[in-house]
Amino acid sequence: MKFTLSWLKDHLETDASLNEIVERLTSIGLEVEHVDDRSSLKPFVIAKVLAAVQHPDADRLRVLTVDAGDGKAPVQVVCGAPNARAGLIGAFAAPGTYIPGIDVTLTVGKIRGVESHGMMCSERELELSEEHDGIIDLPADAPVGTSFAAYAHLDDPVIEINLTPNRPDATSVYGIARDLAASGLGRLVGGAIMPHAGSGMCPVKVTIEAPELCPGFALRLVKGVKNGPSPKWLQQRLIAIGLRPISALVDITNFVTFDRGRPLHVFDANKVAGNLTVRRARDGEKVLALDGREYTLTPDMCVIADQDGVESIAGIMGGEHSGCDENTTDVLIESALWDPITTARTGRTLGIISDARYRFERGVDPEFMVPGVELATKLVLDFCGGTPTETEVVGYAGHAPKIVSFPLSEVRRLTGTEVPLEESLAILSRLGFKPDGAGDVVNVAVPSWRPDVDGKADLVEEVMRIHGVDNIAPQPLGAHDAVNAKILTVLQVRTRAAKRALAVRGMMEAVTWSFIPAKHAEPFGGGQTALKLANPIAADMSDMRPSLLPGLIAAAQRNADRGIGDVALFEVSGTYEGDAADQQRRVAAGVRRGTAKLEGSGRHWAGNAGPVGVFDAKADAIAALEACGAPVERLQIEAGGPAWYHPGRSGTIKLGPKVILGTFGEFHPKTLEELDVSGPLCGFEVFIDAVPEPKVKPTRTKPRLELSGFQAVKRDFAFVVDKAVEAGTLTRAALAADRKLITNVSVFDVFEGASLGAAKKSIAIEVSIQPVERTLTDEDFEALAKRIVENVHKQTGGVLRA
Amino acid sequence: MSDMETLENSLMSDISSAADEQAIEAVRVSALGKKGSVSEMLKTLGSMSAEERQIKGPAINGLKNRITEALTARRAELKDAAIASRLAAEKVDVTLPVRQSPAERGRIHPISQVSDEIAAIFGDLGFAIAEGPDIETDYYNFTALNFPEGHPAREMHDTFFFQPDEKGDRKLLRTHTSPVQIRTMEVQKPPIRIVIPGKTYRQDSDATHSPMFHQVEGLVIDRSANVANMKWVLEEFCKAFFEVRQVKMRFRPSFFPFTEPSMEVDIQCDRSRPGEVRFGEGSDWMEILGCGMVHPNVLRYGGLDPDEYQGFAWGMGIDRIAMLKYGMPDLRAFFDADVRWLSHYGFRPLDMPTLFAGLST
Repeated sequence: MKFTLSWLKDHLETDASLNEIVERLTSIGLEVEHVDDRSSLKPFVIAKVLAAVQHPDADRLRVLTVDAGDGKAPVQVVCGAPNARAGLIGAFAAPGTYIPGIDVTLTVGKIRGVESHGMMCSERELELSEEHDGIIDLPADAPVGTSFAAYAHLDDPVIEINLTPNRPDATSVYGIARDLAASGLGRLVGGAIMPHAGSGMCPVKVTIEAPELCPGFALRLVKGVKNGPSPKWLQQRLIAIGLRPISALVDITNFVTFDRGRPLHVFDANKVAGNLTVRRARDGEKVLALDGREYTLTPDMCVIADQDGVESIAGIMGGEHSGCDENTTDVLIESALWDPITTARTGRTLGIISDARYRFERGVDPEFMVPGVELATKLVLDFCGGTPTETEVVGYAGHAPKIVSFPLSEVRRLTGTEVPLEESLAILSRLGFKPDGAGDVVNVAVPSWRPDVDGKADLVEEVMRIHGVDNIAPQPLGAHDAVNAKILTVLQVRTRAAKRALAVRGMMEAVTWSFIPAKHAEPFGGGQTALKLANPIAADMSDMRPSLLPGLIAAAQRNADRGIGDVALFEVSGTYEGDAADQQRRVAAGVRRGTAKLEGSGRHWAGNAGPVGVFDAKADAIAALEACGAPVERLQIEAGGPAWYHPGRSGTIKLGPKVILGTFGEFHPKTLEELDVSGPLCGFEVFIDAVPEPKVKPTRTKPRLELSGFQAVKRDFAFVVDKAVEAGTLTRAALAADRKLITNVSVFDVFEGASLGAAKKSIAIEVSIQPVERTLTDEDFEALAKRIVENVHKQTGGVLRA
Repeated sequence: MSDMETLENSLMSDISSAADEQAIEAVRVSALGKKGSVSEMLKTLGSMSAEERQIKGPAINGLKNRITEALTARRAELKDAAIASRLAAEKVDVTLPVRQSPAERGRIHPISQVSDEIAAIFGDLGFAIAEGPDIETDYYNFTALNFPEGHPAREMHDTFFFQPDEKGDRKLLRTHTSPVQIRTMEVQKPPIRIVIPGKTYRQDSDATHSPMFHQVEGLVIDRSANVANMKWVLEEFCKAFFEVRQVKMRFRPSFFPFTEPSMEVDIQCDRSRPGEVRFGEGSDWMEILGCGMVHPNVLRYGGLDPDEYQGFAWGMGIDRIAMLKYGMPDLRAFFDADVRWLSHYGFRPLDMPTLFAGLST
């Protein structure tokens, strides 16, 4: 919502400065977004052309001698305007002036060999209009040497308000003035409208066939008008707020729209065939609107039609066919009420943004429907002459004001501040509310221009914003009287712990898009219809991600494309198995690319980092699970994983037969091809919401530490097994040989070679033995070793390597 | 010179010229071994007369002791020399670089770090952290938050929708974290003090808008929480978060469907230095959050009687306050995973924000 200071002062009698007004507007909830004090026009002065002679070298140029009225010698100006002549008085810009219309700062220059010390400007060069046929030509009495902007009343500051959608009343200069006056910044004036009785019935009849979309319609004919340009002051105001003056009749509708928030429409009566009908559009019905575009309508939309078809899209834009032009002699002035929701939806569907829609979708004042016609009539008579008929009003049942029961104590209850009862009532009255009754609870009638006010909380807001939010002193929120307990849920703690644990492993936390390209989602099990956006912002942000991996892999590739090929990235965030709340998973995932290993990447004098692989991803996955409190000693690693992994270089982490905690591995070459990425890459995903919640224990005491006094012993074994035997099976078998004495089994060597025979390998393990009751004898060790060898043989078929 | 003196000179010379442990041992054996020269002399004592033994005994024993001492001393010398030469051989170039610790290389994203900072502050004020799903229903995202059907405020949200199901209902990506207000009220009776961080989505993209962004929402509901309390909470938060002693905030009446009265909050700052914002000083105002008293209709949708319970809520962009505090110029870079950006603007994993040690120092 834009307006000028002088326009505001039509309705607000005030001594307040521009700054005070601007600050007050913001503090009462009409946030000022921009103020243009028109200082860009300040350098232009009124100057007189003393002489104009032909340029020696150019047919179309003249050399002017210009008196800028500054008491100095006249200056020489080269000018190409056809109307440049001796005696002309116009707007002069000295060197150094910025000319907005041509985006140039003037310098002294030579034009075809003749020096020019400034410029006589056209209206377009000052961005006043499109006029560029000649330079500005002022009356002979224009005071030379004074400000052109002041003389032409162009120094009127323009204020733009960022209006919230709840305030239809402030879509008008008058409504804004009412708010300012209520806040004590002046007196509200200029609201009275003298009705014009008119003579005779309006010959065009109106039938409302869709009363649910049109709760009222007023129409009046003015005959014998002359539609020329509107007065200069009106044109200047419209230009100042960014509207193009068209003709008196059209400018009047725009003026009333902004002055009173009352959009109007004018039809050229001689182009309207028969009577008018307000109805739903027929499916596929077309109309050429005033913006020159043709729109196809649906029955969800409301139109005004004559017997030939649609003449106007109700509440949004008139039709080209019956629009007024310079030949219009008889004009129909329409002022109607339109359903806000229908107006908003129609505007959205058709993609039309108009000043009428802006107001109707917020809700215009129903009680100003008829006064709106009267105001327009008066302006038409003033500017264009003519004879009005009576106003025909159809379908309007009158306005029954909402009554809100308002306990005045609500102000204190909600704001924490005491506003004197009388002040609360006075504020409401100044805003047009009508409080009725004395005592602690009053009935407040809501004015017709405030459809946003429904209940007592709304009235508290009215009192608060006018009383001043700054006048509310902060009060501490009741403090807690004990030390805080933990505030994070288990899942939140895990999320946080997983992030820190992975970052400590040299990985960088990425935050990637929740929506990814369909061709990235599909290879990872996504792409379901339920997870496709109907209106993605870009084609490659269309599908909710089924996994964090495609986003991370793509991110790693982007870094590689920038020349950084060794990257380790992770993310702990949501993935989507479906569109239900419980189908959003919390996942920790990471990828390593190139040589981005835990210890470091790239070449190093002490040893180069090799390419990343499945075991790097496995270590990351287990670290993340461990940070989340998963029972690491009970995790089972199964070979193989989902299809996007390398089938021989991937694994699945399980807890028991059913619970899958994660997957890890190198990627399938086809997956990499589908994602259009390359390079050594590995990754993992762990489902941190699948880790069982730990039992709540009554105490934080750790289990007692039992330390054996007997010396721990290590024994090595090397087994020859079939290649297919998994190391995990072998170590489990060794461990199971004596769960009491054997504390750990680790693999320290894996060897394949011709000496072992085809399809064989050797796995060497170190078994840690901790005697608990007594020192073990040689016989004890022999017996234990025998059990280990037997158990391994039973489980894996392996034999001790010779 | 007596034989003994000659022998002693010879042995001493052998000892001092012995170059290693083996040589010194050879000298020891030749002198003090079973058949060693000094041992042989000692054997002669037995066949001497008492008088002669009285003279020769101490002399020979003295010789033995001196030789023994000399051997010990030379041994120590040789050992020191051997250590010194080993050490000299073991010298390395300590200026060679070592690999950086992974804990120093890794980074926490600013969004996570700032979320932790927020949790630290509100945890101290007695708030819990609540969360909710990204894919929401129209009911939780709009209807229950008092957005009437067809209201222009819905349009302002630039919502991402999914395809409608068989019943014509379409899910959407939440446009704010406020649905969690309703989800919380449904399962928890007041008093409620929660903050809700999370991902939010709107169809918008430029240097300060991104189709995915992060919000943190706050909600207090009890029997007395009011605008004055809200001003206090938000001022305390801003002081603690921006780590300044004073902030000046401007509460402007505004409009949100789910609060009444509603306000937007500007914070005073100094933006005169390029790329840097200082809070608690200066003459600029910057919008930082929206807030208000929970709308009676929202309380009703949450199953609470607005005449019995009241409260306030606020929301702000995590990304935005991260940008303001730490100076990242462009929101889009948050989601690009450029490791140069992460390395520069990210946080070291062991830098955990706490109030007792400072949020960021």
